[in-house]
Amino acid sequence: MERRSFLKQTSIATAAFSVLPAFETFGAKAETKKITILHTNDVHSHIEPFPATDASFANQGGAARRLSLINRIRQENPNVLLLDAGDIFQGTPYFNFYGGELEFKLMSMMGYDAATIGNHDFDNGVDGLAKQMPNASFKMISSNYDFSNTIMEGLTKPYEIFIKDGIKIGVFGLGIQLKGLVTEALSKETQYLDPLEIAQDMTRKLKHEEKCDLVICLSHLGYEYRFDKISDVKLAQNTQDIDLIIGGHTHTFLPKPVVLQNKAGRDVLVNQVGWAGINLGRIDFEFTSSKSAKTASSAVIRV
Amino acid sequence: MHKKFFLLSALFALIACKQSQVTLKAIEGTQLAITDSLAQDQEVLDYIAPYQKHISEEMSAVLAYAPQSHSKTEGPYNTAIGNMMADAVYELSNPIFKKRTGNAIDGVLLNHGGIRSTLNAGEVTMRTAYDIMPFENSIIVVELTADKVRDMFTYLKSGKAHPIANMQLVLTEDDSIVKATVNGKPVEDGQTYFIATNDYLRQGGDGMVFFADPVSETVLDYKVRSVLIDYFKEKDTIAPVRDNRFIKE
Repeated sequence: MERRSFLKQTSIATAAFSVLPAFETFGAKAETKKITILHTNDVHSHIEPFPATDASFANQGGAARRLSLINRIRQENPNVLLLDAGDIFQGTPYFNFYGGELEFKLMSMMGYDAATIGNHDFDNGVDGLAKQMPNASFKMISSNYDFSNTIMEGLTKPYEIFIKDGIKIGVFGLGIQLKGLVTEALSKETQYLDPLEIAQDMTRKLKHEEKCDLVICLSHLGYEYRFDKISDVKLAQNTQDIDLIIGGHTHTFLPKPVVLQNKAGRDVLVNQVGWAGINLGRIDFEFTSSKSAKTASSAVIRV
Repeated sequence: MHKKFFLLSALFALIACKQSQVTLKAIEGTQLAITDSLAQDQEVLDYIAPYQKHISEEMSAVLAYAPQSHSKTEGPYNTAIGNMMADAVYELSNPIFKKRTGNAIDGVLLNHGGIRSTLNAGEVTMRTAYDIMPFENSIIVVELTADKVRDMFTYLKSGKAHPIANMQLVLTEDDSIVKATVNGKPVEDGQTYFIATNDYLRQGGDGMVFFADPVSETVLDYKVRSVLIDYFKEKDTIAPVRDNRFIKE
């Protein structure tokens, strides 16, 4: 008798929970955790700000200013993941003279957690990239370049799992088709693997096997093309279980992250912040931890 | 400067069923501009300083002198700066190619879009070479059949001042070819021609599809920018001229 009564009460309680807006449901006692993703793409060796005389980006960018901004955000929330979507190299004499040494050293100093490889990161060949790897304290993540017959073998990871405040974040990385962009003399025996197939493998692994709370794809595929070519938009629409795609290559200035529907009809965010380090992207993910939180299905409104 | 948006995430409710027992509640995206209103991190500035100093010294090294400024917009057909680049590639690559293969370069073709800056009057420095050619492209010599060389001349009829050397192209008023020579001679069937270009164009850049599937090719491991630097070092005065290598009658 007692048991029946208990079950009935529980089901009523559950029903009541499911009608209430999620915000109120958790507002009272649930613990909130915030993960801040900061990201850059296509910085292209722009270590110093653009000169005052630059027609487009006068006085913008610069590594020293980027770090002071990052530090300010870290003081506000220590649970930061700092990421880059490739084309770290090439664009100023810093690269021509030092081959990417300073770029990697500064990213390490800024506490970057991970980056993926852009086509210009091959500009001094796989050898040139491998030579700079000792200067990188961040993870170089590449899921679809097979470096097994090159000097880069073992220097990249197909994915990495970061845990921040107990939240499990899986990051994988996709690079662009090298043919036509990077000569074979530079890419040597690097094999480009189909990004869509690899993305499916990676999301299965990260979301379903590793049970990550967030899956992030660092992509150097490019935002969107007028012709038939894999892009961040196509990747978002033709996969599932990716929460955020941080893009690069097309130097696209998205005024805000774009929300697309994935294959399963769920939302995916795609963001890209131009190039040359003139912007820093910031995406905050707010979680509630609560064992009864099974049916959060309503909108929190904050503008 | 801050562009904010919010996205609500009922969608991620499923996550709650998993081990870590967290539910994604909200996502907020912000784009932060890196402007001069931000303080500069002193540690970064100090770290950069010696690199900056070294580059600045190197880039300011005076290599030659230019009496006049030359821009790639002084075309069509041919420009002084384009002629200088193509001639520099011919002069400096040919000895390397000869030594490597025993053959001689018959002609040079670069692209107009690859001239990235003006040659300014005054001191010609290392920086000048970087400004004109910021990219890492290297010289490659491709052996083309006579048909491909004719395709090349047809391509050039557009009139865009793609730099050429050791070749001549003369068009009539209605853009038909009056004269097309390589190494001073008309193109002959059965002959092959060694054309020096850069690896970007070799791969079909700027629509130069005639470079595809050459009879043979030789990579010189010589960057276009290094050619310019070496050329500037060799000459005291850089005073290129427009000439009749590519003209319309």
